[in-house]
Amino acid sequence: MAHQSELIEKDILAYLKSQEEKSLLRFITCGSVDDGKSTLIGRLLWDSKMVFEDQLAALEADSKKVGTQGGAIDYALLLDGLQAEREQGITIDVAYRFFSTDRRKFIVADTPGHEQYTRNMVTGASTAKVAVILVDARKGLLTQTRRHSFLVSLVGIKHIVLAINKMDLIGYDEEKFRAIEADYREFAAPLGFTSITALPISALNGDNIIEKSGETPWYQGPPLLHFLETVQVEDDRDEQPFRLPVQWVNRPNLDFRGFCGTVASGTIRPGDEIRVASSGQTSKVARIVTFNGDLDEAVAGQAVTLTLEDEIDISRGDMLTRPEAPPLYTRHPEAHLVWMHDEPLQPGQLYLVKTATGVTPGRVTAVQYAVDVNTLEQKQVATLGLNEIGLARIELDRPVSFDPYGANRDTGSFILIDRFTNATVAAGMVLNAPDESQRAHLSAGESNPWAPRRITLDAVAATNLNLVDLTEEKGLFILDLAQSIRDYLDKGNRILIRLRDLSQLEPVAQLAYENELAFEFDRSGDGVSILLFKRGTTPLKGYGDDGTGI
Amino acid sequence: MKKNLTHLQQLEAESIHIIREVVAEFDNPVMLYSIGKDSAVMLHLARKAFYPAPPPFPLLHVDTTWKFRDMIEFRGRMAKESGMELLVHVNEDGVKKGVSPFTHGSALYTDVMKTEGLKQALDKYKFDAAFGGARRDEEKSRAKERIFSFRSAHHRWDPKNQRPELWSLYNTRIKPGESIRVFPLSNWTELDIWQYIHLEEIPIVPLYYAAVRPVVERDGMLIMVDDDRLELKPGEKVEYKPVRFRTLGCYPLTGAVESEADTLPEIIQEMLLTRTSERQGRLIDHDQAGSMEKKKQEGYF
Repeated sequence: MAHQSELIEKDILAYLKSQEEKSLLRFITCGSVDDGKSTLIGRLLWDSKMVFEDQLAALEADSKKVGTQGGAIDYALLLDGLQAEREQGITIDVAYRFFSTDRRKFIVADTPGHEQYTRNMVTGASTAKVAVILVDARKGLLTQTRRHSFLVSLVGIKHIVLAINKMDLIGYDEEKFRAIEADYREFAAPLGFTSITALPISALNGDNIIEKSGETPWYQGPPLLHFLETVQVEDDRDEQPFRLPVQWVNRPNLDFRGFCGTVASGTIRPGDEIRVASSGQTSKVARIVTFNGDLDEAVAGQAVTLTLEDEIDISRGDMLTRPEAPPLYTRHPEAHLVWMHDEPLQPGQLYLVKTATGVTPGRVTAVQYAVDVNTLEQKQVATLGLNEIGLARIELDRPVSFDPYGANRDTGSFILIDRFTNATVAAGMVLNAPDESQRAHLSAGESNPWAPRRITLDAVAATNLNLVDLTEEKGLFILDLAQSIRDYLDKGNRILIRLRDLSQLEPVAQLAYENELAFEFDRSGDGVSILLFKRGTTPLKGYGDDGTGI
Repeated sequence: MKKNLTHLQQLEAESIHIIREVVAEFDNPVMLYSIGKDSAVMLHLARKAFYPAPPPFPLLHVDTTWKFRDMIEFRGRMAKESGMELLVHVNEDGVKKGVSPFTHGSALYTDVMKTEGLKQALDKYKFDAAFGGARRDEEKSRAKERIFSFRSAHHRWDPKNQRPELWSLYNTRIKPGESIRVFPLSNWTELDIWQYIHLEEIPIVPLYYAAVRPVVERDGMLIMVDDDRLELKPGEKVEYKPVRFRTLGCYPLTGAVESEADTLPEIIQEMLLTRTSERQGRLIDHDQAGSMEKKKQEGYF
């Protein structure tokens, strides 16, 4: 193994001590069948000596039997786990690979690059911190490069390795390499990555994988493995507000009541004040209890048990936070949905929504738009099918604690489960909660390049309170209603909205639905006119989370 | 001050999270306890997850009646120490029919005594979730296994129809009769397991440490003569050699390695310098390519 063999032989205890400080990096590799992805991972496992002799013997036999390298070692065969797919020469699902060096342990999510790419890649990327995107140096950026980049940015990966592979086939040409890199940087600029690192490699020959290649003297950066060993991905989870979704209440006897869960962000110490997101009750942390003794501090990522100074009502499903920075607590999150099932989304149908704090029934009330993963264009759709991605409004049966996914992957994510088949049908990432969009810390959606324009019916109507002209709106939009306009409508006033054509109707209908408004529809010479009003017989209701909806 | 968790701390936290999630969401979970080093780590993590209470589920050992005597003794000791109920299930049909690794071959024997025995026990106690200590790095077909792995009412695994598993959000929904196998050690490697045992001083069966033991050489493996049921074939001779085991199972099917490593650091040292993977000592994996995948589909762990 690529460990310090000498130290292992001479002083195993010193070696073990040195291994205790090792960190963990999860990354995903993205590429199509021809990009040499499996060869690259096979090479990393091979060269870091994670392949044993008996596995090598099996690999040699398999390479002769089903290999694609004319009997030579086919590294890809190290990876293909299931018999059916080995025979077809494709990988059909997400697989996890492991290797380690003296500095880091690596978990690689290996996903296929063909049909089910969206579902599998989103799954594999959900726990990854770095994405290695493979590009064939002969072909440059392809549609799929865009697709992969979009998907990993959607799932919140911030660090990209652009591995420009098969450099041997273009004579290690620096200019071509630089051109691909420049293309990529331009294309990826709006996707909000923190770092993009381009590497000239040949997975087949091992160039710039483990060691710097003699073929690319012009390349000054580190080889791939060295980069992966040293890239700083430690997020700022510790500096974020404290979040502990309560997983289990530990009550072995009347004297002990511990709240178990994994710290999703922030830190906590005995004596710190905490608040229960649902009830607003507060208390102070008494102890942080673990098997190895009480802790002075718990940090993001640790699975702990807290006891509190006061007996307050807390159960699974609650979230403990610091009082000064509460999470969203809402029935109406707005979220990106990735649909993962053959059976398309049924808007209005009840699903089970599983979040960090538990399971809540809920429905998708509307799909605002879907994104074409190849062009990144948005289109109006009624529903989402397998591997489609869209922005959706969700209505939960009861309020749930969330953070915007951009701020916290653990408390901003959820899955949808079909109530009848129990299949996992979608993955969700909370953008924000429209009802509370006034909150300052909810601006995560603003920086999102594919979010539709949000138009508040206050601003638009400011010039002429009775007329909102949307005929000039080019792209997608979502409508919100300012409190002043609500009051105005409550008094029996009406607002006229002008639309260019029918494609703009959906956000208006959505606005009416969510605010219990009625509208009249007219086709006018140059477009559509909508008269928005409140029915006189509807009793006045609050617009808080618990009053709207059903 | 920024505190980054080490890889073992992160693996530990993930496993504890998984174990707690099962207890929170299932009615009748059980921990399959095979007495080996992976089971030792899994049990340790369960104790950590619910400390100061004992883990709120029983341990289940599917006993083939061919386990090493040291394992059986260790099993009782750990159940007592952890304060957990220990359930032992033996496939009595198999015993009545005299199924043994010698008379029926390793494949049939494993199917009857392990796979069938396991299904019988799960049906008998109506467990809806069963923890197993399998790791993804052990074998290629396991690399795609989910952490929460669905099993039909007939205990079958369908590798082509697995639920996507994202973040740390696990789909635990099942219908009556169906169950979930849960693998809290999915992301651990053999080296991680050993390092963690070292760091946390977790007790393991003495057979992992080298000692002079009676062995015979059979089919290229060193088989320990653990009791008088092992009949010698013509030409076989019992020898006393310093040996240890890298993996534990039924003694007639588990090969020993010659070794002097009788401390934990020496075991890890030997493991790091070795050139063969740990499953090599298991006879059942040798039968054919994809054999593990077939066994898993049929309900083997």
